[in-house]
Amino acid sequence: MRYSALSLAWNAATGHRFWKPAWRDAEPKPAYDVVIVGGGGHGLATAFYLAKNHGVRRIAVVEKGWIGNGSVGRNTTIIRSNYLHPANTRFYEFSMKLWEGLEQALNYNVMVSQRSILNVFHSDAQRDAYARRGNAMRIAGVDAELLDTDGVRKRYPFFDFDNARFPIRGGLLQPRGGTVRHDAVAWGYARAASDLGVDIIQNAEVVGIDIQGGRAVAVETTRGRITADRIGISVAGHTSHVAAMAGLVLPIESHVIQAFVTEAVKPLISGVVTFGAGHFYISQSDKGGLVFGGDIDGYGSYAGRGNLPVAEDVAEGGMALMPAIGRLRILRNWGGVVDMTPDGSPFIDLTPVQNLYLNGGWNYGGFKATPAAGWTFAHLLATGQSHELAAAYRLDRHATGRVIDENGQGAQPNLH
Amino acid sequence: MRILCPYCGERDAHEFSIRGEAPMTRPVVIGVPMAEAVAALHDRRNPPGRTREFWYHGAGCRSWLLVDRDLRTHEVFGATLASGAF
Repeated sequence: MRYSALSLAWNAATGHRFWKPAWRDAEPKPAYDVVIVGGGGHGLATAFYLAKNHGVRRIAVVEKGWIGNGSVGRNTTIIRSNYLHPANTRFYEFSMKLWEGLEQALNYNVMVSQRSILNVFHSDAQRDAYARRGNAMRIAGVDAELLDTDGVRKRYPFFDFDNARFPIRGGLLQPRGGTVRHDAVAWGYARAASDLGVDIIQNAEVVGIDIQGGRAVAVETTRGRITADRIGISVAGHTSHVAAMAGLVLPIESHVIQAFVTEAVKPLISGVVTFGAGHFYISQSDKGGLVFGGDIDGYGSYAGRGNLPVAEDVAEGGMALMPAIGRLRILRNWGGVVDMTPDGSPFIDLTPVQNLYLNGGWNYGGFKATPAAGWTFAHLLATGQSHELAAAYRLDRHATGRVIDENGQGAQPNLH
Repeated sequence: MRILCPYCGERDAHEFSIRGEAPMTRPVVIGVPMAEAVAALHDRRNPPGRTREFWYHGAGCRSWLLVDRDLRTHEVFGATLASGAF
């Protein structure tokens, strides 16, 4: 069924007794045209665009747990396209445009809220760097505005502007940045894909990839063997060990990134804000809790939880930016597993194994890319060719020297 | 997380910096085909289990260590000096 004002009113009037499940919990069939490993945001988006844009009919998404259980349900929900490098600017701006029309495309309320994102800067050198990034964005047709101290003060009067170490000199604003309800992204894509005939198969962990004569022909799952003409891996965080089933060794490390939510307060922070002198970013959820995070812990991890030194570091960043939050209690913190790559950029590419394709290496920034990653990965799976917007995200770029190192950190995954 | 340093004893991981996964053998990047050199520099086995990593005890004895650690649980099984390990 399609959601509409009428269907909401009718179901409210009848006591919400007649809602049906939003999508089919499918049983695995023995064969598909395309099998996508991983029922996260990217996997479900890929399935949706494969069916919608390319007319592929027999598609399965296999998920080891339940959909939305991984990174798509654990991130800090931020969307933005404020990148410097042309390859990233193009890709993430395309993603932003898909976000802007996503609710209409999916007939699902994913609560896209373009409440702006502000990157605060603290020195002349940092102002120069942010002005350069803003100029690069505007040349690429992305909205960007350089604010001085008064411009920032108008939006956030409670910041610590005269902090002795990190005084606030202004900020780079992207008005179209913001947040999206992350779980709804998984559910919305699942519902729309399921309506187009995609089988979403939960509790089916892929335990093997069958390769014959250099071609991937099937996946072995805990719910049986499934053959496929093409197989897409979309399991960011776990890319290394899924790819290892096909004999691949990739330039990826798995790391833990933590996030935090405080008790709910009245509206305080209208947009998304990032601190410039450390790694701290914050927004306020519709329920009122402040949602924030910072650096990755820095050591390899599949644990899905981090340690206290980073929690302390994040809290210090928050206190340096806005001491007003100091008396709020942190209600929850959690960790997620992310793929970190040597240049901090992702891979959407063919692999050395025929019929096996890879979408991964999203570092800690995969959520905002969900629509564009799904769109371009679907294009790759359907046509065997890279989409022009994702053509730079190649697996061999460390050999060719065409790295996309947004932060200029060098080939050390945990520094990005 | 605490790491048993061969010189300093059990110390908080805060005192250490991680360099990343240690290769099984000393990497060779000169005089080999480009693909092998790139793989030696960038590829990681990154197993969801026990692995060996380089850690530097910067706030202690300043030794480079080889640490045996489980990526699923963060359990540290032990550490040896990296010097002379290859």
